[in-house]
Amino acid sequence: MGGATTDIKLIDENGRRIDGRRPDELRPLKIEAGVLKRADGSAYVEWGENKVLAAVYGPRECHPRHLQNPTRAIVQCNYNMASFSVSDRKRPGPDRRSQEISKIISEALEHVVLTHLFPRTSIDVYIEVLQANAGTRCAGLTAASVALADAGVPMKDLIASCAAGKVADTIVLDLRNEEDNFGSADVPLGLVPRTGEIVLLQMDGDLSVDEFKTALTMSTDACYRIYEAQKDALRRKYCVAQAEIPANMAGSIQAAADAERTDESGDLKGDDGNDQQGGQ
Amino acid sequence: MNETGDSKEECARQDSERELVLPGDFITDGKFKAVSGTYMDGGKIYASTLGIKTIRSDFVNVVPLAGQYIPKVGDQVIGVVVEVGPSNWLVDINSPYPAPMHINEAPWRVDFGDTARYLNVGESILARIFMVDEVKHVQVSMKDHGLRKIQGGQIITISHSKVPRVIGRNGSMIQMIKNYTNCRIIVGQNGRIWVDGDVAAVANAVKAIDIIDNEAQSIGLTERLKEFLEGTQKGKKV
Amino acid sequence: MSDGAMSYIMRDHIHKMIENNQRIDGRTREEFRKITVETGYVNRAEGSAMVSLGDTRVLAGVKSIVGEPFPDTPDRGVLTTNAELIPLASETFESGPPKQGSIELARVVDRGIREGQAVDFQKLCLKPGEEVWINFVDIHALDYDGNLFDAANIAAVSALKSAVIPASRFDKGEDYPFPMKHIPISATFAKIAGHLVADPTFDEENVASARLTVVTIETGKLCAMQKGLGGSFLRPEVEKAIELSMEFGKKVRAQVFHM
Repeated sequence: MGGATTDIKLIDENGRRIDGRRPDELRPLKIEAGVLKRADGSAYVEWGENKVLAAVYGPRECHPRHLQNPTRAIVQCNYNMASFSVSDRKRPGPDRRSQEISKIISEALEHVVLTHLFPRTSIDVYIEVLQANAGTRCAGLTAASVALADAGVPMKDLIASCAAGKVADTIVLDLRNEEDNFGSADVPLGLVPRTGEIVLLQMDGDLSVDEFKTALTMSTDACYRIYEAQKDALRRKYCVAQAEIPANMAGSIQAAADAERTDESGDLKGDDGNDQQGGQ
Repeated sequence: MNETGDSKEECARQDSERELVLPGDFITDGKFKAVSGTYMDGGKIYASTLGIKTIRSDFVNVVPLAGQYIPKVGDQVIGVVVEVGPSNWLVDINSPYPAPMHINEAPWRVDFGDTARYLNVGESILARIFMVDEVKHVQVSMKDHGLRKIQGGQIITISHSKVPRVIGRNGSMIQMIKNYTNCRIIVGQNGRIWVDGDVAAVANAVKAIDIIDNEAQSIGLTERLKEFLEGTQKGKKV
Repeated sequence: MSDGAMSYIMRDHIHKMIENNQRIDGRTREEFRKITVETGYVNRAEGSAMVSLGDTRVLAGVKSIVGEPFPDTPDRGVLTTNAELIPLASETFESGPPKQGSIELARVVDRGIREGQAVDFQKLCLKPGEEVWINFVDIHALDYDGNLFDAANIAAVSALKSAVIPASRFDKGEDYPFPMKHIPISATFAKIAGHLVADPTFDEENVASARLTVVTIETGKLCAMQKGLGGSFLRPEVEKAIELSMEFGKKVRAQVFHM
């Protein structure tokens, strides 16, 4: 965390921040789902000047095998920053910061993914920061959730993520670089919107308990707005028009229902069953 | 990166008609059994996958629009052999779960150690899912009528969630494609589809399946497909 | 979505089509896929380019700092090329330190730039023997559908061509455009069923027996070549590849660099 001094006025006389935002304003956020061909699911987030790409592969056979869990899937997230994503070129490869972020994001996602449906598999999530301007772990987790939904991975809910902090004695939302460097606290949050469960939480800096509570309220509210943007991105990609629902679909749905088990592994079969044998 | 598709308003209208749901969306209060694509929490049912929801008088589900193929007993699948052992073969069925086939489930009388002579790595088979246990150990079998090694032709892979659409109401979609192209087509529940016929016809059949894959949820898909297939006939007559 | 297992059926099918000068995506053997280039993609980099070659996508970024020259070239700037084949781009890429594949890719792209005299290294010198511009080209694969060599080459060269030396940030005077002399363009071919196939896709690479990359510059000269994989090429095939590379190079320079 910063605490370094600067001549920059982080908050001006009108309460505006260096980029003109009010304390509780988010930077512009744009989310797109399904942007890659090869990956099973993907998402791209442009958040302020952050550009973050997330890809999901899986569930798939778990490698290395010794990490396999016999009763559920494991969620392995790898967060990485591209060399050119930051002002001073970053040497390629994981550093300690990336490894820590990878771990906390994996743990957040594990809470919402219905891992018991896929024993012995791995769900691999890759987050690549192409351009960074503070808040990349929140952008990464936000993107990863959309990518998981895009991949059809069953989850309790998406996770929305946002940070709040303290700058010039004011609690502010969604810190940018200068605010992160010269501010006095940073609190990234990852939230399950439907239940309000907190699945990612870090704090560094200098905050009173009340200040922390204010920051948490601010970022929680923002997470609900981010959640709408996530859902909007998925709806745009999967935008569906009125499909032809065959007249006897209800009958086959009923038949499928009778055959269904309670472990959610059922799928709707083709309307006449599964096979089409060969033959001219 | 990508262009956005329809406007937000248009999508909202369409969504309420077609009921696209996202993970975490509330479906209904749960006097129902929570099944495919849903989960239950505090007596309420929510969507777990991105998909289309259906609510009937005694049944709810969400048909996923994406996701891995999870094998179910009885499914017919197209598999590719990836390993050969002395008493079994390992078959890739385009699923997170590899599917072994034991010597006893092969259609031939195979002696121990003689497996490679009948079926080798890289060969494709039409098989059936014969066993899936609670922790998703899967086994396949070729012992039923009609199951066999597949040769020639082409295999394409689509999302398994689109397979019902490719087959269509009472097999009508797939039959339409077969009629216009004169191709032999076998559809695996695992999203793999085998097509064989003359070169141009196969290309048309593949394109037709592609159209369904990309527009599975759209209005007027059947008409558009019919138009395309008729167009391929006109090309021939010229 | 990808389907991992390559069956004999698919291999035979690709072979049959190639015999008929056809490919699964509708191209002929000698056709390259559509290219799009967007420069200035990453504002933190001195130069950057997001390139798509069909469904293959690559992002390259250039970063520059001031440093000491190599002792044997005291009046020249330095360029280092690095390629990251991150698992985000394909289930066939593993995490971890660069494997041979990404090292070969980086070195071939670098060779094209270096031997093609693409960069005017002397214009990257500040104080001979003491200070020069040290430049890094980092190439990230983002979506893999074959032929990273050509996508990476176009991305690296576009990123360099559009880069600006950040002299003012280092108090070394005014910013100026990255000094380029030539534009090397690579063209890659696979050998499939005895035929030369341009710009292979992922599936085509899986059934290819050999690979050949030819890098040319706008003066019509060759500057780098690389044969890969375990198979072989006959001499007439190599000469045909060179001929096709020259054509492709001209097309790309016209489309992307307006030359």
